[in-house]
Amino acid sequence: MDLNDLLGTIFSFENYAELLPLVTNSLIAGAILGLVGGLVGMFVMMRDMAFAVHGIAELSFAGAALALLLGANVVWGSVAGALAAALVLGLMGASAKDRNSITGVLMPFGLGLGILFLALYEGRSANKFGLLTGQIVAVDSVQLGLLAGCAVVVVIGLAVIWRPLTFASVDPAVAAARGVPAGRLSVVFMLLLGLSVALSIQVVGALLVLSLLVTPAAAALRVTSRPTLTVVLSVAFAVLSVVGGILLALAGRLPISPYVTTISFLIYLACRLIGWRRTVAASRARRPKPVAGPAPVR
Amino acid sequence: MPAKQNTAEPVVRLRAAGLHFGDRVLWEGLDLDVAPGEFLAVLGPNGSGKTTLLKVLLGLQQLSSGTVEVCGHPATRGSRLIGTIPQQKAFPGNTPLRARDLVALGIDGHRWGPRLFRRRLNERVDALLELVGATGYAERPVGVLSGGEQQRLRAAQALSDDPRLLLCDEPLLSLDLHHQRAVSALIHRQACDRGSAVVFVTHEINPILQYVDRVLYLAGGRFHVGTPAEVMTSETLSELYGSPIEVFRSNGRIVVVGMPDTVEHHHGAEAASHDALAGS
Ligand SMILES: Nc1ncnc2c1ncn2[C@@H]1O[C@H](COP(=O)(O)OP(=O)(O)OP(=O)(O)O)[C@@H](O)[C@H]1O
Ligand SMILES: [Mg+2]
Repeated sequence: MDLNDLLGTIFSFENYAELLPLVTNSLIAGAILGLVGGLVGMFVMMRDMAFAVHGIAELSFAGAALALLLGANVVWGSVAGALAAALVLGLMGASAKDRNSITGVLMPFGLGLGILFLALYEGRSANKFGLLTGQIVAVDSVQLGLLAGCAVVVVIGLAVIWRPLTFASVDPAVAAARGVPAGRLSVVFMLLLGLSVALSIQVVGALLVLSLLVTPAAAALRVTSRPTLTVVLSVAFAVLSVVGGILLALAGRLPISPYVTTISFLIYLACRLIGWRRTVAASRARRPKPVAGPAPVR
Repeated sequence: MPAKQNTAEPVVRLRAAGLHFGDRVLWEGLDLDVAPGEFLAVLGPNGSGKTTLLKVLLGLQQLSSGTVEVCGHPATRGSRLIGTIPQQKAFPGNTPLRARDLVALGIDGHRWGPRLFRRRLNERVDALLELVGATGYAERPVGVLSGGEQQRLRAAQALSDDPRLLLCDEPLLSLDLHHQRAVSALIHRQACDRGSAVVFVTHEINPILQYVDRVLYLAGGRFHVGTPAEVMTSETLSELYGSPIEVFRSNGRIVVVGMPDTVEHHHGAEAASHDALAGS
């Protein structure tokens, strides 16, 4: 394969106009996922739960694979797997340390189960691969309805618990003194997180869920700490990554996930750069004259 | 001297209160009333149960024996009547809050649903920031603020509800001298102008000596309550620690010499004079 072939595989815009209408459902699904991912990602970052997200994704994958094997609805399968994992983590992993070790145990188990179910499955292999690395054309109207329904649950749930959950996440001591029910909030959040992971898997696949649930929020936190602006940016970055990824992947022969992950990674890099330049500028402005002190170590 | 209404119903009422973890007794048989407007300092070595006492008042920790009442009711979680400055813990660098957002959470962070009436909230936040001298860094991210700057925001949070009971866990830690004075004067004003009872945990009594009405000294499973003049004496402290301790007074400051090695008492500015005397 020469370079032109390679580029043709990655970026191909033949028949683009005809293909576009076929993926309207996917585009809508992508936008919904971006919204959910950007919102949930804020708390994944605040509560330091990236690893747990990965663990939930593998169990969600196992659930989806089982559903595929049994001929059941794949979205329901992955929702069931994700909620089970989220509940276990929410109830058992109160501290970050517990959570990490439980995740470390659950994750390979889920992945193993998923691989078993896929190995037993005899249908189209594209279906199998899609669960791990994402797919675009798979979203039909029924699934879109289901996705949108779940997304509405997540968004409304988050809107209700947003303030106390923020309080309990960033300032647990004062929140506890104020009577914020941190334990119950944490379980509710885990369930919403489980739902979001299950949804994201439908588009980016189990292996790359973090690109939707962590990278956009992490990027937003690099450039601002205004609460409202971080949320807006995080959602915008996530939507841009998914929708942009789908549009680029449309005509090529590759799965969608490399496009999504690359866009979200590039956004993150750009935000890091902006954040870094700002820190440098701010420290210059604040210290006009270098203070005489011990000689710097060279 | 703050106006103390000893006839009024006490804000804190502890009766035969005891607390132990396993067979480790923190304190036992503690009878204590704190009146409105009273400033109570809680002193004692690390691990003597000062923070745990505050948790008991907040309803976050059950007593092993005895009873605790706050404003006439058994202590419960989430009481609106209590403001609290927790023992210091820094915020991570990427916390998505500015100084003013942290103070706002102290006001309404326990409520469900989206925020309404932002204008009124903002005015309250501005007033509180002004009160603790934090207006200058209101818009800066909390994660990049110094320990002392964060601590002043804690004070603003704690005062937000005009609490009947103000619990402070080493609130002067990592404040420079100027802000130590400012914050302790602020807390004192809350006690004498607004009639809040103050329970002030500290390792260092000198910065607040002029405000303190009574001292609760916890050590080695025992305790002593009284005015600073009664508690901060060679006899009382020697008895509490079970080893000879000398207390000197000079220029209105108290210097304690001869603390057992296992117990760290003095730090910061005080350490120098302590060491100088102890070494002689
Ligand atoms: N939930 C708990 N279970 C078991 N032991 C506990 C618990 N909470 C506190 N302790 C123990 O009780 C003792 C008192 O702790 P506390 O935090 O009240 O000390 P402190 O007086 O505030 O000390 P410091 O000056 O270091 O802040 C400590 O030895 C601690 O280990
Ligand atoms: Mg303590």
